Amino acid sequence: MAILEKTELVLNAAGRMVPEIANGRPQVPYLGVGKYQPRGNKAAPPIRTAADYPESGDKRVADLETALRKCGLRDGMVISSHHHLRDGDRVALMALEAAARMGVKDLMWFPSASFPSQKAAIELMASGVIDHIEGSMNGPLGDYCTQGKMRGMGVLRSHGGRWQAIQDGEVHIDIAVIAAPTADPFGNCDGSHGKSACGSLGFALADSLYADHVIAVTDSLVPFPCIPWQIQGNSVDYVVTVDSIGDPARIVSGTTQVTRSPDRLRIAEFVARFLRDAGIMRNGFSFQAGSGGIALAFVSYLKQMMKDAGVKARFVRGGSTKYLVELLEEGLTDYILDGQTFDLSGVQSIASNPRHVATSPFTSYNYHGKGNFASMVDAVVLGATEVDANFNANVVTHSDGRLLHGIGGWQNCLAAGCTILAVPSFRDRIPVIVDEVTTLCGPAELIDVVVTERGIAINPRRQDLLDAVKGSKLPIHPLQQIKAEVERICGGKPQRPQRADRPVAIVKWVDGSVLDSVWQVV
Amino acid sequence: MSVEVETATKHAGEAGHSGPEIRSDVHVRIEPLERGGVSVALESRVKPYYGDAIRRQTEEVLEALGVRHAQVAIHDEGALPFVIAARIEAAARRAGLGEGTRVLPDRLSLPDPSPRDRMRRSRLYVPGSEPKYFINAALHGADAIILDLEDSVHPSEKDAARLLVRNALRAVDFLQCERMVRINQLPLGLEDLEEIVPESPDLILIPKVETPGQVIDASQKIAEIKANYGITRPIWLMPILESALGIEKTYEIATASGEIVALTIGLEDYTADLGVVKTATGAESLFARQRMVNAAHAAGVQAIDSVFGDVGDMDALRAWALTSRAMGFEGMGCVHPLQIPVIHEAFAPTPAEIEKARKIVAAYNEAQQKGLGVVSLGSKMIDPPVVQRALKLMARAQAMGLVA
Repeated sequence: MAILEKTELVLNAAGRMVPEIANGRPQVPYLGVGKYQPRGNKAAPPIRTAADYPESGDKRVADLETALRKCGLRDGMVISSHHHLRDGDRVALMALEAAARMGVKDLMWFPSASFPSQKAAIELMASGVIDHIEGSMNGPLGDYCTQGKMRGMGVLRSHGGRWQAIQDGEVHIDIAVIAAPTADPFGNCDGSHGKSACGSLGFALADSLYADHVIAVTDSLVPFPCIPWQIQGNSVDYVVTVDSIGDPARIVSGTTQVTRSPDRLRIAEFVARFLRDAGIMRNGFSFQAGSGGIALAFVSYLKQMMKDAGVKARFVRGGSTKYLVELLEEGLTDYILDGQTFDLSGVQSIASNPRHVATSPFTSYNYHGKGNFASMVDAVVLGATEVDANFNANVVTHSDGRLLHGIGGWQNCLAAGCTILAVPSFRDRIPVIVDEVTTLCGPAELIDVVVTERGIAINPRRQDLLDAVKGSKLPIHPLQQIKAEVERICGGKPQRPQRADRPVAIVKWVDGSVLDSVWQVV
Repeated sequence: MSVEVETATKHAGEAGHSGPEIRSDVHVRIEPLERGGVSVALESRVKPYYGDAIRRQTEEVLEALGVRHAQVAIHDEGALPFVIAARIEAAARRAGLGEGTRVLPDRLSLPDPSPRDRMRRSRLYVPGSEPKYFINAALHGADAIILDLEDSVHPSEKDAARLLVRNALRAVDFLQCERMVRINQLPLGLEDLEEIVPESPDLILIPKVETPGQVIDASQKIAEIKANYGITRPIWLMPILESALGIEKTYEIATASGEIVALTIGLEDYTADLGVVKTATGAESLFARQRMVNAAHAAGVQAIDSVFGDVGDMDALRAWALTSRAMGFEGMGCVHPLQIPVIHEAFAPTPAEIEKARKIVAAYNEAQQKGLGVVSLGSKMIDPPVVQRALKLMARAQAMGLVA
C-alpha cells in the first residue's frame, strides 16, 4: 500500500513550501497571478459509437454494482461524484460501498466536495478501498486527512480549478457517478425537479463530458425526454434507479435564515453601505454573495438600499436563496446566474423562472477557458478563516491547521471587480487578522476589502476604492490598526500552533499550480 | 467515596461556565491544599493559541491572591483575559481564599466625565454574568451601556458578576457609550458599590426605589468610596421606580440627591405591583409614566422610559417609542442591539420639527442682534419658552447628526 510518498519541497512565488510531486504527478509551483501559461490540448474521452448503445435509448441496468461492473471498475480507478445534494447525498457512498463489495482497492474518490454525512468514507480509506480523496474535506474527513492517516495526498481545488484539472488532463475520471433528481432512461438528467430536487447540476457537467464512463443514478425516472436536460444523455453510459438518492431535509434547507447576531448584522450592513458609498451599487451592476448568515443579511440591506436609490442589477450570481429570488421577482435584478441552489425558494425559482439560469463551473469559473463570468462580477462578498495584514487570506483551515472548509468557488470569485471579505475580527479569542495565514488560499493582490465589526479596511493597492469612499461615514481603518485593536482585546498575539513538517494536502490555485501545502497536525 | 476526598473537596470554590454551548467564558475550580504548591490543569478551545498565556495569567492571579497551595482546574471556552481574572478571583473567594485582595486587570484610560444632561436616548442592558456580550456591546451605537447586576443575574451569581463587571469597567472599551451599572436593590446594592465605584462608572441605576432615603443611602455610600479612592469625577444616579409607592413619591425621589440626572420606570415590576397585564400599548401604565415625566421635569432631570421587551416586534417598538417621545420621555432602554436604531429614529426630531425650530432660532438670533425684547416670526409673536424648546431641539438634532 502506497504510504504518502516522500517528496522534495520547493518554495513557490508566494513564499510557501510546496511538494514537487503529489500522488505521483509532477506539480507546477505557483508562479503568481496570471503567470502560468499552459500549453497543449485539452483532454478528451474515448470515441463511442451509437452501435454499442440501445436504439431504444433505454440504458437502464439493474443496479449500481451492475453498472460499475459494465464500466470495467478495477483497482486504482478514479470515481467522481458531485455535491449538489450536499449533506443529504446518498449516491457517492452508495457507489463507493458497491465498489468495496466488488473487492476493488486503491480508488481515488474525486467529489466536487465532501460532506460530514459521508464520514463512512473513512472506513473505506482505512480498509484500502479508497487510497485518497481529491476534493474538499472537512469535519471527520478533514481530521482524518490532517492527522496524516490518508494514504495519498489530499488535493484541494476550487470549483473552477476542478473543471480546469479535468479539462487539462490533470485528473482523468474513469467512472463518473451522477446523482440525478430526475432522469430519463436515455440518461438526460435534471436537478430542478423530483422528490430530491437540488436545483442546478452544474458541478457534474465536466464529469459527464470528460469521464470514460458515466452512470446516472436517479430516484425519479421519467419517460424520455427529461426536460430540461442539464446533463445530456448522450454522455451517459448507464442509468440506475434507486429508492432514494438523498435526504431531502439535508439537500436544501426549507428556509434560509438571516443571522440575528448583532455583530454579524453590523458587518453585513457595512458591506452593503460600502457597495453603495463606493458607487459600485449602480444601475446595471452585478454581485455575488454566498449562503452564510452575513451574506444573506448583506443581501437584505443591499436590497433596501437599491430600492431607496432606484437601482437595479443586471445579474446576481448564486448560490441562490430566497433572498436572491425575491430580488429577481421584485425586478431588482434581470437575472440570477446560479451555480448551486441552497433553499426551496431557489429550487422552485430555477425550475420555473426563465431568468433564473443554471450555470456550470465552465461558464462561471474555469480559468483555462476564453474568460469566465467571475471576473465580470462587480463585487463579491466572501468569508475567510484568516487574513493577514497584507490581505492574504485563508479559507480552508482553522488557525490550528485542521481542515475546516472546501475552497468552493471562493478562489474563482477573487477575480471580481471588488472582492470583499466579510469576517468577524476575532472568534472565541482567536484573531482572524493574523501575522501569517496558516494556509494561503487567496493572494493579497486579489483581495480588496476586509469588513469586520470593528471597521472596514481597504487594500492600499486599491487607491481607487480609497478615493471612492472618501467623505463617507464608513469606519475606514488600516487593517493593521484593526489587527492591533483585536490583539489588545485578546491579550496579545496568539502562539503559533505546532505542526509536523509533512504535507498531507495541497491547495491548488485556479490555474492548477500549487499555492500552498496543508501540513499534518501534531 | 472516601473521607479524605470529602475533606479535600469541602472548601473547593468554583466560578464561571463551560460547555459546548458556552462562549467567551471559563469555568474555574480551585481546591485549596495544605501543601504541594499550585498545580493547574488547563483545558481550552484556544489552547494552541493562548494556552501559555492562560497558564501565565492563572499563576499571576493566584499569586496576587496569595494562593500558594491549590489544585486548579480551568475549562476555558475562549474567555478574554479580564474574564479569566474575574473568574479565578471569584472561585478563590468562594474557596475562602484571597480575602480583601483585588486582582485588577490593566485599566484603559478613562473616557471624559459624562455631562449631566447628555443625550440618553438608548441604554443597552448587558447581563453582568454573560461576558460574551460585553466586548462588542458598545459597537452598536447606543448612548449608554448598562452592565446589569440585578434582574439578569441569578442570586447565586451576584458575587461573581460583580467582579466581572468591575473588570469590564477597567478593560473593555465602551467607546462613545456612557458607562452605567445597575446595582442590586439595597442593601445588597451597597456591596456592589464597593467593587464598582472605584472603577468610576458614569452612572449608577438604583432599582426598586420607593423612598428618597434609599437614594440618599446609595449616594452617601458612593461619596464615601469616592473619597477613599480620591475620585472627583461625577458618578450620576438614575433611580428606577417600579412600584405604585415609588410612583407616588416620584418628585421627592427625583430631588433626593444632586447626583440624580434622570428617572426611569420599570414596567414589568410596576404592572405586577398593580396586578395588571402589561400590554404593547401601555394604557395600564399611562398614569405612572405621565407622572414620571411631570415630576422629572419639575425636578430638572430627564425622564427615561422603560425597556421594550419584545425584540421580535420592531413595529410595536417603533410605535411605543414614538408615543414615549410624544409624552415627554427622552429615551428608552434596550434589551437587544437591533432595538437601538429604531429607538434613535423614533426619538429624533422630524424634518418638519427641525425646520420650524430653525426658523424660530433664526428669528431669536435676529431679535438678539437688533436688541429687540420680543421675538416674532412672520405675524406671530414667539414666547420665550418656545424659543428655549427650539434651541434645545436644535442642539439635540445636532448631537444626533441631523443638522450640520
